Amino acid sequence: MSHKAFRQLVKTVGFYGLVIIFMLPTVFVFYWMITLSLKPQVEAAGYPPSFFRFSVTFKGYVDVFAKNPFLLYTWNSLVVATGCTVLGLIVGLPCAYSIAHWRQQKLALTILAARIIPGISYLIPWYILFRNLKMVDTYQALILTHLVVGLPIIIWVMIGFFEDIPVELREAALIDGCTDYGAFWRVAVPLVKPGVVATGILSFIFSWNNFLFSVILAGRNTRTLPIAVFNMIGYEEINWGPLAAAATLITLPVIILTLIIQRHIVAGLTFGAVKG
Amino acid sequence: MPNQSDLVQRSVSGGEVLPMERFMRFAHRNARFIFPAPAVIAVALIIVYPVIYTGWMSLQEWFASSLTLPKFIAFANYKQILTGDPRFRDAFFRTLYFTLIAVSAETALGVAMALLFNREFWGRGLVRTLSILPMMATPTAISLVFVMMYHPTLGVMNYLVSLTGLSPFKWTYSSKTALYAIALVDVWEWTPLIMLIALAGLAALPKEPYESALIDGASNLQCFWYITLPLLRPTLIVAILFRSIDALKTFDIIFVMTQGGPSNSSETINILLFNQAFSYFNMGYASSMAVALFAIVMGACLILMKVRRVG
Repeated sequence: MSHKAFRQLVKTVGFYGLVIIFMLPTVFVFYWMITLSLKPQVEAAGYPPSFFRFSVTFKGYVDVFAKNPFLLYTWNSLVVATGCTVLGLIVGLPCAYSIAHWRQQKLALTILAARIIPGISYLIPWYILFRNLKMVDTYQALILTHLVVGLPIIIWVMIGFFEDIPVELREAALIDGCTDYGAFWRVAVPLVKPGVVATGILSFIFSWNNFLFSVILAGRNTRTLPIAVFNMIGYEEINWGPLAAAATLITLPVIILTLIIQRHIVAGLTFGAVKG
Repeated sequence: MPNQSDLVQRSVSGGEVLPMERFMRFAHRNARFIFPAPAVIAVALIIVYPVIYTGWMSLQEWFASSLTLPKFIAFANYKQILTGDPRFRDAFFRTLYFTLIAVSAETALGVAMALLFNREFWGRGLVRTLSILPMMATPTAISLVFVMMYHPTLGVMNYLVSLTGLSPFKWTYSSKTALYAIALVDVWEWTPLIMLIALAGLAALPKEPYESALIDGASNLQCFWYITLPLLRPTLIVAILFRSIDALKTFDIIFVMTQGGPSNSSETINILLFNQAFSYFNMGYASSMAVALFAIVMGACLILMKVRRVG
């Protein structure tokens, strides 16, 4: 091997070594979560911990469902996240269209403010309001409040998609006798379908992950998964199998959805300021 | 143009304007207001109204657990926060400190990773995909995993520490290290965001300055310091802005892992305020803290925007 080729090899190996070092923490936490959920109690809380060689059991998963109404919690999370997303799209799509076409920048900025205002400052009035209306522990209260997380994301990311539609298309539709409503529904929306899917999934994930609003406004009947898992910490102590199993069960759908729309995540997290 | 069609319509309907027609015409003319109307109503209901209510409530003294009505006390809550509440003062500096260490670490690491990954290599797509997972994974679940990893005697973190020969930490279980342990989780979650934003920024940089620098014999380090960093600055400030806004408001991971403890050592404004509102039901006082937190976040935004303009 020539001297030059050898140096090239060292460089390549060094580079991939760095890549592995930087990516290891990310992978390890997920790896540890999944392996803990599959280990029997003795090995999960064993010291020193076993990284690769351990016996596999599904007892943790069985326990999660046996000891908690975990299906109900999953259903609750599903109802709230879907409700928030559907409502967010119905309300948000026309608004994003309007901002994109009529350049309503002030409206856009007002909605951006929702990203800056601390969530907890909504929570006090909501709590008082929903308590007076006897609406604490209802899906309606949760869906409405989760809209604060979902709606701004939907609107801001969709503005970008609607802006990418050539103006001529809308004009052509109007000349052909479409109203603005027809141009929106028959021309614009079909063109931004990928965007609708991406923002819908983003809003679903944010609602699914939400802890702050649900911890106050969800009750016995509407408790969502993050709250259920939080409550498990106290009871389970170091019975780590079920805890890790619950964490894995919550995270899995999010990971699958994230992989589907990975190109749009950065745009979503930065409100379209950065197109990843 | 509308007149012509109006004429046709009118002649068909015998000179009278039907209500339906009138409605259609109204809807047509005001489309730009009708399209955003549902969202505006939703925003007014779930965002504007609560914000105004919080502002109003911050001027009252009211315990939601009692039957007495709110009492107007003007700015007494704010006076108390600013001068008479050491716990708030501690929480205030803790929040700033937490944000500072977390966001600095994320920026330094994120930029380093972006520089490393800014080339074509086998596995680049996989790196990108893996990077977005920590940001999207449910924070409650991630905190739970870290709670188990941080366990002082059985946790894997102390095992890893012991491999390096250091003595074990108590992580979130000691008032000395709790805030850093939580910041580490934040760094784990959000470094990839800064990296991805920086990568997008690097991809958009022009080639010419590097070519002329190369001719002038500049070193890699000089290129980075005098060309890359200044050009990347606007992008980085956007990234830091987003991270700072969220870091100041961090709630989930702190609440799940320590709830502000041990002995208030990880109690940020958000946690203190949450407990004031929903453990003591001290709504007026908590509202004034919410307004203060909002002011702090706004202040951070304005400072960063200014820094951006100066550059």
